[in-house]
Amino acid sequence: MAIMSTIRAIGHGIVNAVWRIGVAARFFFLTLLYSGNSFRRFHLIIKELFSTGVMSLIIIVVAGLFVGMVLGLQGYETLKRYGSESALGVMVALGLVRELGPVMAALLFASRAGSAMTAEIGLMKATEQISAMEMMAVNPIARIVAPRFWAGVISMPLLAALFSAVGIFGGYLVGVVQIGVDEGSFWSQMQAAVDFREDIMNGVIKSLVFGTVVTLIALFEGFDAPPTAEGVSGATTRTVVTSSLAILMLDFVLTAIMFRGA
Amino acid sequence: MERTTLDLWVGMFVVAGIAALVMLAMKVGNLGSYNVSETYQVHAYFSNIGGLKPKASIRSAGVLVGRVTSISLNTERYEADVVMNVDKRYPFPQDTFANILTSGLLGEQYIGLVPGGDSEMLKNGDLLKQTQSAMVLEDLIGKFMYSKAAEPAK
Repeated sequence: MAIMSTIRAIGHGIVNAVWRIGVAARFFFLTLLYSGNSFRRFHLIIKELFSTGVMSLIIIVVAGLFVGMVLGLQGYETLKRYGSESALGVMVALGLVRELGPVMAALLFASRAGSAMTAEIGLMKATEQISAMEMMAVNPIARIVAPRFWAGVISMPLLAALFSAVGIFGGYLVGVVQIGVDEGSFWSQMQAAVDFREDIMNGVIKSLVFGTVVTLIALFEGFDAPPTAEGVSGATTRTVVTSSLAILMLDFVLTAIMFRGA
Repeated sequence: MERTTLDLWVGMFVVAGIAALVMLAMKVGNLGSYNVSETYQVHAYFSNIGGLKPKASIRSAGVLVGRVTSISLNTERYEADVVMNVDKRYPFPQDTFANILTSGLLGEQYIGLVPGGDSEMLKNGDLLKQTQSAMVLEDLIGKFMYSKAAEPAK
């Protein structure tokens, strides 16, 4: 009997997961369908840009600075063995622009802004604000979800670019100012190795994809949360876990597509 | 429409993000250098290009004067056809010599141009006739071993 119930539990889990994916896809479609309204009322997006983008600035800048400094320090120690300290700029810049900028910014964004979005919408649902809106013939997806979705999609590439830029500055601080790598070769080798379309634009595309996925997961979990205190806290946890895993898996897929030929 | 402090903050955020992107493009990437100036195109045949890649630099006296645009195999001569864009500011004589060189011991390969003495200058679409191929390590070792073997035993 124990075997039967285990098999039943596994089957139930799988069916449930597929069900949720289907509902999430429909949710995504509805969000896109109703986003026309939110572009006409752009101040809603601006308000959400403030709470997702501007409020994430400090954590992004500080984290970027330290990640860049660590890259500079570790890169120098390794490159020194091969006598190629002058390639430090290349290593820091490519590492940040291609991978660490989009991925780290997206992870921070998921835990800083994504969790807040889920908690906010979950609580709106628990306090029946969403039902009240439906009562007043206000579409909650157009009024609440779509502005947050577009704010996330817009702010993610900007945050990732800031992360990379600040990180490169951090690498410069440690590599050139503190350790004393030659400044000319730091910048010139970086410029020779980093290609605008291949590296920087691919990083921007990555962060756009991450922004879409993270905001979608956060909004869906919030909208789907059971309207209880427990339900909201569980949904917030799921947002951070699911979106972090989604970011890392998607990063592998995107990297395989983008940089294999190089 | 009413302007609020919120708009100011969001505006600052967007400006900072775009500034970071522009800074990445100009200072970190290669958009700032070399795409703006006008170029003329010349090509050259090499019997072996070694590890030369498109976008490799073209240098004369160590100064960056252009970039390799494309590399293909010419099946009439069975030699590599290297097309390069050279900055219009730097005219080179017709009998310019093109070498494939390596920066550093294991570094990137680039094309070095050594100007000749012709009074005619290169035009768009011209062919560089005198070329020297890349040094391939196996060939060098092979030559060295043959010359050692050819030496009379002492």
